[in-house]
Amino acid sequence: MAESPFKADIERVQKEYSEKMTPGAIVYIPGSSVINKTGSWRVFMPEFNREKCTRCYLCYIYCPEPSIYIDEEGYPVFDYDYCKGCGICANECPVDAIVMVRETK
Amino acid sequence: MEYKPIRKVVSGNYAAAYAALHSRVQVVAAYPITPQTSIIEKIAEFIANGETDIQYVPVESEHSAMAACIGASATGARAFTATSAQGLALMHEMLHWASGARLPIVMVDVNRAMAPPWSVWDDQTDSLAQRDTGWMQFYAENNQEVYDGVIMAFKVAETVNLPAMVIESAFILSHTYDVVEMIPQELVDEFLPPRKPLYDLADFEREPFSVGSLATPADYYEFRYKIQKAMEEAKKVIKEVGREFGERFGRDYSQMIETYRTDDADFVFMGMGSLMGTVKQAVDILRQEGYKVGAAKVRWFRPFPKEELYELAKNVDGIAVLDRNYSFGMEGILFTEAKGALYNTDAKPLMKNYIVGLGGRDFTVNDVRKIAENMNAVIEKGELDVEVDWYHLKR
Repeated sequence: MAESPFKADIERVQKEYSEKMTPGAIVYIPGSSVINKTGSWRVFMPEFNREKCTRCYLCYIYCPEPSIYIDEEGYPVFDYDYCKGCGICANECPVDAIVMVRETK
Repeated sequence: MEYKPIRKVVSGNYAAAYAALHSRVQVVAAYPITPQTSIIEKIAEFIANGETDIQYVPVESEHSAMAACIGASATGARAFTATSAQGLALMHEMLHWASGARLPIVMVDVNRAMAPPWSVWDDQTDSLAQRDTGWMQFYAENNQEVYDGVIMAFKVAETVNLPAMVIESAFILSHTYDVVEMIPQELVDEFLPPRKPLYDLADFEREPFSVGSLATPADYYEFRYKIQKAMEEAKKVIKEVGREFGERFGRDYSQMIETYRTDDADFVFMGMGSLMGTVKQAVDILRQEGYKVGAAKVRWFRPFPKEELYELAKNVDGIAVLDRNYSFGMEGILFTEAKGALYNTDAKPLMKNYIVGLGGRDFTVNDVRKIAENMNAVIEKGELDVEVDWYHLKR
């Protein structure tokens, strides 16, 4: 799976955030919202079928987060740290390569 | 440069406008409301005459006026506005934003009774209803204190990074002319140097940052504590700034509660704002008649001068708290605060609340005399007749 592009940011932000609780709640760390892993909100998760995928990229284009990346072979990769499970990718997929399944944790 | 005051005969509102001018405010955003309007008119006149390059932002409501001041202040500018009653109430949400973002905006509130029924006259309930917004509050007794208060408020606010209200009475001060000693511009500049902001949204050279961010339950609590620490720090700063003001310009403001003839007093009158001028005059007369009375004028309501109140309360038998305001379902607001501040101390004077002057009802020296007679009887008997006395009520 392609690695989250935010990994280095998360480490940097987590280190700086605790040191910089400023009066007025000013956040001096650009891109600091990456530490909020919104994937924890998810109820349904997208399940991907590589066999059916035609690499049309519609899921990648429509993902509002965006938490779908494209790997080296051109297939979508889902970043479950930030995917809220909205289901738009599954709805847009023209070949039903993505289905939403209830997540059990 | 030697200090030679410039004496001008001005209304309380013009005193406020001159103070804003002399404080070199950079942005004014305001919306007209009686009795505040002539503050903003006067500032508009300064701009029209080319006396200042203040950026004046005409807005469609007080909510927007405060929003514009917040934006201006976040860019490091010195921002000023003024309002009254319903206008202040409409600003309420933005008042929290200003203090939470730690922006040292200074606002003059001309105390006016809240509607309905419509009233344009003096009443402190409008400003006291904003007690918990994180704004400091300074109550002026006369036009001179309006002028001095605005200049000092900027210095205190910019030191602790909290906003401040300077409060004057509708008409009794706002539209009444009196001699005000103004300070030459160079000397105000020495006292109040340009602002050094905590952060500056207009500084494009530095790392990007965001304001108005979200704090989860893991962080919010600490931000509240920081505001309280700043309020505690403000007490020290207020005293230092008040003392420095006195050394430079001859009027000392180092007391957060100004005491008048309280040293050997049996009981004192405590209150805020212009009514305390009447009380001081009455104290002089009552003293001649043999009453051992004094006056305690609460200048700063927020932060609340608990320690000074204790020093006063431990030496008197009684305190008559005069409230030109009311919290429905309870009592006068200063009365609640003063009793609460003393509860865990060994100072236990008899305290009685007199509700006076609501909606601009006249409050005169003769009223103070009647209250003194009543308070004297209460102390001699050693118990209260009533705790909250609706003194003026037509019966």
